[in-house]
Amino acid sequence: MRSTPSLQLTAPGASYSLREKGSLTLLGAGLLALLCLLLGAGSTARVWILWLGIGCLAGGSAVLFGGYLQRPAGVDNNGVWFSPARARGMAGWLLGILFTGFYVILYWAPGNLEHLVRGSDGLSYMMRGQAADRWFLYGLFYTLAVLIMGGRMILKYRDSGYQIVRTISVMFFQLGFAFLIPGLLLLLNQPEYYFSYFWPLKYDYIWPSSFSYFSSASGLGVFMLFWGVAGITIITPVLTFFYGKRWYCSWVCGCGGLAETAGDPFRHLSDKSVRAWKVERWMVHSVLVLVVVTTGLLWGNAAAGGALLGSISGRFAVWYGFFIGLIFAGVIGVGFYPIMGSRVWCRFGCPMAAVLGLLQKFFSRFRITTNGGQCISCGNCSTYCEMGIDVRWYAQRGQNIVRASCVGCGMCAAVCPRGVLRLENGSSRRRYNGPVLIQEDRVSVQQDDEWWARRPAMPPAQEDIPVLNEADAQALRLGSLVPK
Amino acid sequence: MARHVVIVGNGIAGITAARFVRKLRADRITVVADETDHFYARTALMYLYMGHMRYQDVKPYEDGFWERNGIELLRGVATHIDTAKKRLQVHDGRVLRYDALLLATGSRSNKFGWPGQDLDGVQGLYGIPDLITMERWTRDIDRAVVVGGGLIGIEMTEMLHSRHVPVTFLVREPRYMDYLLPQAESDIIHAEIRRHDIDLRLQTELKAILGAERCEAVTTTESEVIPCQFTGLAVGVHPNTDLARASDIRTGRGIVVDEYFRTSAPDVYAAGDCAEFIRDGIGARRIEQLWYTGRQHGRCVARNICGLPTAYDKGVFFNSAKFFTIEYQTYGDIRPKPPDGVRTIAWKDGRRRKLLRIDYEEESGIVRGFNALGTRLRHDVCEHWILSGATVAQVVREWDRAHFDAEFAPRHRRALARALKQSPVAYA
Repeated sequence: MRSTPSLQLTAPGASYSLREKGSLTLLGAGLLALLCLLLGAGSTARVWILWLGIGCLAGGSAVLFGGYLQRPAGVDNNGVWFSPARARGMAGWLLGILFTGFYVILYWAPGNLEHLVRGSDGLSYMMRGQAADRWFLYGLFYTLAVLIMGGRMILKYRDSGYQIVRTISVMFFQLGFAFLIPGLLLLLNQPEYYFSYFWPLKYDYIWPSSFSYFSSASGLGVFMLFWGVAGITIITPVLTFFYGKRWYCSWVCGCGGLAETAGDPFRHLSDKSVRAWKVERWMVHSVLVLVVVTTGLLWGNAAAGGALLGSISGRFAVWYGFFIGLIFAGVIGVGFYPIMGSRVWCRFGCPMAAVLGLLQKFFSRFRITTNGGQCISCGNCSTYCEMGIDVRWYAQRGQNIVRASCVGCGMCAAVCPRGVLRLENGSSRRRYNGPVLIQEDRVSVQQDDEWWARRPAMPPAQEDIPVLNEADAQALRLGSLVPK
Repeated sequence: MARHVVIVGNGIAGITAARFVRKLRADRITVVADETDHFYARTALMYLYMGHMRYQDVKPYEDGFWERNGIELLRGVATHIDTAKKRLQVHDGRVLRYDALLLATGSRSNKFGWPGQDLDGVQGLYGIPDLITMERWTRDIDRAVVVGGGLIGIEMTEMLHSRHVPVTFLVREPRYMDYLLPQAESDIIHAEIRRHDIDLRLQTELKAILGAERCEAVTTTESEVIPCQFTGLAVGVHPNTDLARASDIRTGRGIVVDEYFRTSAPDVYAAGDCAEFIRDGIGARRIEQLWYTGRQHGRCVARNICGLPTAYDKGVFFNSAKFFTIEYQTYGDIRPKPPDGVRTIAWKDGRRRKLLRIDYEEESGIVRGFNALGTRLRHDVCEHWILSGATVAQVVREWDRAHFDAEFAPRHRRALARALKQSPVAYA
């Protein structure tokens, strides 16, 4: 009697369409090709096997995602929580192990990737004039993931201009700023530089070591130094003031780009509890403090000519890079997509997100506006918030959402069935509104106790107000709704 | 001594009342409910079946919220009220003494005495128990029939469609929601329903449901036999008045209340779907069965329970819905056909399934209401225009203020201005 009804609804008998079968065949073939290459097959034809594998994966994805075009445009979340891959079923765990395993091998056993790396040599020579290394291979896979899954986003959300433009933006910045330009710089014998990343995410860009390295390069190196400093001191505050954190997190950033494309199928897996929010605030700001302290130590040490701390500050920097840069951002951040959702790193670990969040909370025009009293508390907004914000909490109170963690992906507004939410950069004046539903101030209250004592009596009973239906009245006995 | 406020029903009206009583007073608050332990959003039932969300996702508050806010939850069926001694009897023998009692018992699905309406596989959709049976009866079936051209009818249709069940959708009226929507709106929705391969039958009524134990087919007033293994009855709801009737509290179609939500028994109130206003003009209708009105009732009755006499003010009407992919919002007073002296302008983009309509008074040009399909309007702006007596010309001029679609979506001011120029258009 007291147990809440179990709602473990199961998916209807799954049968696969021709499109799905074809796609699965291609995806399987692609994975097989990469596996063969990994194990050392085709010593002379590695390049061909690599591109065969990538081609099969891209083709299989295209066939699969083409299915979106056969369905009417609009919110397409049918069966999300029935999907073994998307609802932490067996397939989800397997995917998680696959992603995590890739990072583990990439960081700690890169020798195993040797054949794959050699397969990408051809492209690397073409782009960068030098042999590939594991980071080039990683960048290639990363970029392909953003492009292929970005294509999926565009098809899936093709009725939303905001989603289309935003997705094209992250694809553009990943391909151009995080893949092609760094390669081109190497080709031109310039320092490899990612113009789309700033301190404190790219924590070493304003460390003393970078200063000596870049300034010893050419004029471009000096520009890179300038860009790195201006990025965090000028560009970030100004753009965040006008557009909120989203200009970076869901439009430019590569980590965000992967989360918004490859991570989209898993966005609903984020933890929405108040407890998670508490952990998030402590954790993300701790990382920020850590990177600020590290940077300060390094500069202090540099100023003192290394006499101050000796090698301690350097070791601290190495440890920060290992735990935060590698384990947190990579293994947990991406590897756990199918288990904890797509923004684990961004939410709990990214110091750049922490800076942007503080700016967004206290020094920005951005907010998500709640549309009067139209919220029906259904929960789609909270469920599909990748940052784990309980959007509904605010929406059902008629309150605007101003939260440090919001990356402005716009999905809450897209999945809302009643047109309640809108991302806005309006004037700061009405940014915070109280938890006021519309018409609150129209309620007329008589506070007069004497009046209450003399309040009008209920009018006498009216005769014969008809009962809807006699049969109903009989059929609807008490207790018919009691769960057995 | 703290008073004891007892609330029967944990739907939107009862729970809103509980929350607002808590905001206003330190009273002891107990919510008695038979359906679930916790408040959930009834509006989201369809999304559970469609796999968009899980049960825990449709609960608007974390389970710890209630204890933190001193709201006791009691799972049980309230069976009788002793209005003289102010005691509420629960089915398991418990008795709750109350100082104020709120009945927020909601609605029940209508059934109009059709042959076969109690067969397995025939049901309405109102609560979690319905969802569980719907899950059971719609597995591996060849076809379902949904009866009733209202919001729940189209929602059930969409639910079944999401599970790849072919659906025949019977609508009694000549067009969908003709009692609320003008023709042009209905036309867009018909096209939308058919675009999803739903077999839509207008002007067709259910005659009987056939089958031995389980639903096997339905017959229509057109004397057609449609084989199906599930029949969804979405022909409206009626107030659940069982408890009030068992306790000598005055009922009509609902539990009769005045504008302070007082019933005929002292310190007993009723609000939400189950309440029926004693006379016209208090609410938009005598019985208001919307999510929004439930919430408004709950807030208002809480003030009355707390000794802040507050008459219910229905305010400017608003409502919303979603018909498959098409969102619908309405503000103010839009009728299927304009009353005398009222004109309408409408702009429609059939291909994109969008429509905007403004009704205004012919003499003064003052706007009376707005309809929007496939595009979102700003609630406070629309309400302000209606309350401040803005004219249609002013509204069209300032239209961008009401724009609420996501960034990079087209605005419709120019299109509306063109429609206004060509006004008056036929009410179509």
